[in-house]
Amino acid sequence: MSAAVGHDGDGSLFRSSATAFEAAKAEGRGALVGYLPVGYPSVAGSLEALRVLCGADGATPGVDLVEIGLPYSDPVMDGPVIQRAGTRALQRGVRTADVFAAVEAVRAAGRPAVVMTYWNLVDRYGADAFARDLANAGGSGLITPDLVPDEAGDWLAASDATGLDRIFLVSPSSTDERVVATAAAARGWLYATSVMGVTGTRSASPTAAPELVARIRRLAPDTLVGVGLGVSNGDQAAEVTAYADGVIVGSAFIKPLLAADEAGSPDDFSGLRAVVADLAEGVRRG
Amino acid sequence: MPDPVGHFDIFGGRYVPEALIAALDQLDAEFTAASADPAFWAELDDLRRNYSGRPTPLTEAHRFSRHCGNARVLLKREDLNHTGSHKINNVLGQALLTRRMGKTRVIAETGAGQHGVATATAAALLGMECRVYMGKVDTDRQALNVARMQLLGAEVVAVESGSQTLKDAMNEAMRDWVASVDSTHYLIGTVAGPHPFPKLVREFQRVISTEIAAQTTERFGRLPDIVAACVGGGSNAMGTFADFVDNPQVALYGFEAGGEGVETGRHAASIQGGSVGVLHGMRTYILQDADGQTMESHSISAGLDYPGVGPEHAWLAATGRARYEAVTDAEAMAAFELLTRTEGIMPAIESAHALAGVIRLGQRLAAEQPDVEPLVVVCLSGRGDKDVDTAVKYFGLPGHPDVYTGGVA
Repeated sequence: MSAAVGHDGDGSLFRSSATAFEAAKAEGRGALVGYLPVGYPSVAGSLEALRVLCGADGATPGVDLVEIGLPYSDPVMDGPVIQRAGTRALQRGVRTADVFAAVEAVRAAGRPAVVMTYWNLVDRYGADAFARDLANAGGSGLITPDLVPDEAGDWLAASDATGLDRIFLVSPSSTDERVVATAAAARGWLYATSVMGVTGTRSASPTAAPELVARIRRLAPDTLVGVGLGVSNGDQAAEVTAYADGVIVGSAFIKPLLAADEAGSPDDFSGLRAVVADLAEGVRRG
Repeated sequence: MPDPVGHFDIFGGRYVPEALIAALDQLDAEFTAASADPAFWAELDDLRRNYSGRPTPLTEAHRFSRHCGNARVLLKREDLNHTGSHKINNVLGQALLTRRMGKTRVIAETGAGQHGVATATAAALLGMECRVYMGKVDTDRQALNVARMQLLGAEVVAVESGSQTLKDAMNEAMRDWVASVDSTHYLIGTVAGPHPFPKLVREFQRVISTEIAAQTTERFGRLPDIVAACVGGGSNAMGTFADFVDNPQVALYGFEAGGEGVETGRHAASIQGGSVGVLHGMRTYILQDADGQTMESHSISAGLDYPGVGPEHAWLAATGRARYEAVTDAEAMAAFELLTRTEGIMPAIESAHALAGVIRLGQRLAAEQPDVEPLVVVCLSGRGDKDVDTAVKYFGLPGHPDVYTGGVA
């Protein structure tokens, strides 16, 4: 696994999303990775929410790396919170191409961006075309919740051609052989799913995530590991970054957006700001 | 076919979260071991014979055949299985595999409720916990089957996300499985989903074609010229085709749900009206928009109302080995009425799609080759009791007595 450096369309440098982990590490802490879907509460509203997530409004330090969700009609890895936001985004007309504008917004806010989506949307757009447009927008890579390296021939080729990160998932049920093979196929970092469950689920076994990270450390020692699923506050983020390189948070950022939307004020990001502040403080605790 | 990792050429495969790979590998290994274990097949054969009621009869439809050109039409009576459809064939096999794996809980998705009822039945038989996911639209239109599952001790979950139909029930079952895979088997009801399900379900449904071959050989001294079945996900069709795929003398016909007509966009004909994509863990023909978002399917038949199709059917269609055609709601309901009135057999609306296809095919063949009298076996995959409400509404029947007599005014 290597931290690739490439060039985007206008010739300026873009870096692997691993740099976000490394910069946090240089500050003696773990990285905070924040997820929000493009298109919710609206396409324009989601760009504003992403800027808040990055701390571009000056209210918080923001997250270190942004994971932009591209909503899909059949998101089998997502729990009810992300499903609800994604379904509404689709009803409100979000399109695949909107994700590139979201990437540009995050880059303009000074943070690296990766996209997380289900394989059929990339497949339909064309793996090569998606990689090209993602790289041109300044994106760092792609997280593929339903694409394992075994089926990823097209994506391995497209991501090699563009230098994009390919972030695969590993799970507590992954065999040692699969952890090794997945780490070898990945670029950037590995996404460790901390519990057996979908997004938004709380950990049933508090030892599953540290055990999985310890196993990755042993089997693929130079690999950066982010832990996701089930983290919703600063205390939990501090716990996770005590043993992992980064913590991934999604549903907790979306809940205040859903609440604001349902209260009739979809452009009220004060709830989101408070959650970002709490989590950013969590990863900065000694 | 498939190759060791579940590909039928470009179709099939495993497009699933990593969290499920270990369970799919375990299932594949267990199925391979069970396949080589005579005791496994002996127990399954005993259940088929003495619990489900196999072999199912092959009924010659004399009066119905008069509407099918020169074709001699035989009905493979899967409707006479315990629980009323072919679904039990697969469920009994997978339930025995579940027990072999030491798992104590099964989950299932269901559309019309036939697979849910069959799964709840096997769970009751083997003393397993059972939860069935069913789209909210389907729990409303198939209330009788919801009650049947509950009486059998299963918990029924109405799925309110997405289009609230079969595809969303599958998503929800998949989410349950990701979180419960240690103790739970996901008992998929059709030849769809990630490897090894398409292969495994085909093998448990293969008994349909094995019996057809034996029955026509015994009665007519030969194999059928044509076998035909309806195709939603495609399990009764794969069971009907399986033993004949390597024999080019037997023509294979699959009839998809054309809804209001493929040209209207309101249909469930993934092969005729869809394109290649990834859904529910497999690459196959699906109904999708320009971005790859799944489109809603439409069919009068809840059991065919699915925007994808099993990957082996996609492969058989792409290679031309099997022929697929679409049958509209109206054609299916006309065939439903015709079989009921000519043979005294009320088919499931799913199966009526295959019957309508055979009427059209028989008439076409009679026009093209007037001297040929083809022997056609059509899979009557299920019985129509569950569809009485739909049919009464469709035909505008009063649903109350035609005449009253003997009362006091």
